[in-house]
Amino acid sequence: MGSGFLSRGFSGRRVDPEVARRLPPGQYLESDFPVMSAGPTPIVPTGAWDFRIDGNVEAPPRWTWEEFLALPREKVTVDIHCVTKWSKLDTEWEGVSLDTLLDGLEYSASYIIAHCDGGYTTNLPIEDVTGGKAWIAFNFDGDELAPEHGGPARLLVPHLYFWKSAKWVRRLELVDDDQPGFWEQLGYHDYGDPWLEQRYQGD
Amino acid sequence: MRDVRIETPGARTLALDVPGWRDHRPGQHVDIRLTAEDGYQAERSYSIASPPAGERIELTVERLDDGEVSPYLLDVLRPGDQLELRGPIGGYFTWEIVNGGPLLLVGGGSGIVPLMAMLRHRAAQGSPIPTRVLGSFRQFDAMLYRDELEGFAKADGQLGVSWTLTRAQPPDWTGYRRRVDAAMLADTGWPPETRPLVYVCGPTPFVETVAATLVDLGHEPARVKTERFGPTGG
Repeated sequence: MGSGFLSRGFSGRRVDPEVARRLPPGQYLESDFPVMSAGPTPIVPTGAWDFRIDGNVEAPPRWTWEEFLALPREKVTVDIHCVTKWSKLDTEWEGVSLDTLLDGLEYSASYIIAHCDGGYTTNLPIEDVTGGKAWIAFNFDGDELAPEHGGPARLLVPHLYFWKSAKWVRRLELVDDDQPGFWEQLGYHDYGDPWLEQRYQGD
Repeated sequence: MRDVRIETPGARTLALDVPGWRDHRPGQHVDIRLTAEDGYQAERSYSIASPPAGERIELTVERLDDGEVSPYLLDVLRPGDQLELRGPIGGYFTWEIVNGGPLLLVGGGSGIVPLMAMLRHRAAQGSPIPTRVLGSFRQFDAMLYRDELEGFAKADGQLGVSWTLTRAQPPDWTGYRRRVDAAMLADTGWPPETRPLVYVCGPTPFVETVAATLVDLGHEPARVKTERFGPTGG
């Protein structure tokens, strides 16, 4: 889109400057929690749920739901930004940091591929999911994460567009080379930095 | 914008001439960006209602009373005004003849808009792909594209169109009178054994319910594609 364009008669709805500062370009403030996904919501009972890390890793670990909930957990309050243009501020999550999951593992990887129930995948550089930047979240706003929002557990990588925070995540694959995931193969940006408005390929 | 057409009390279709437009696939959307004099901008996505047809596209926009962009598009924008848009966008919730069928399209409210692009494309191509449509609206005057779809169905033995009005119905209403449920999907859709391609679009609770019901009925999750509209936005 070009610059210098004006929409005749448009004034818009201004938000508090303090809020506006936290909204990446092209985003608007949302108080509800909209849903975006490509197909039916998978329903996986926690008794049948497990979580794995595999790929370039020695002794690939697996956790059952009970084992996962027994891991050290963190509460985080973050702003989230969906590529469909809504942002939600100060969302409260509880989950396990990827640092915790990767701690003590012998692995080598430049990227991770998140694999989800329903067949969804997404790709992220390893440096974007380590160092306190990513969690596997199972509680939202003090409650169990609802299935339509990714429950039992979803990836949470709040500094990237929210499609990177894959719902219904079950497995992280550690890989050397980048491999575009589901939306990334369908024209969305490979990295997805909301502050650089990297919505689509070529942004 | 070339012209505007009133669809319902709350929705209008904007016909746009877009120089350099490359043909979209039915189901895709555009991003519209509005810019105020001081540089303030607002962006929203709108589904394309028209089939691929050169450099002209149509968007059907529903007014959200607490919205920021849709009231501008419906109340302020006039023929001859310029719009800044980007697209076509979206490569998953799309259908073309080559994708085959049988086809089941289930739309709630303005969720029928991207499905209409698929149906207009199918009609324009004279495709015989067996297709069934179920449109759900709150009341009669909120129905989108009713006359056009009934006309398609009258002329086309391979197209079946069903409606439900969930809140209020005219006295002579012969369609369904309740929210979409398993019995309605079984009556109006295809048996799961025929492996239809299914597209469901509407507000989140509608899509959640319809998609889950289709899976319960035995449809393959991988053949059910969904697109949701947030509860607010536009």
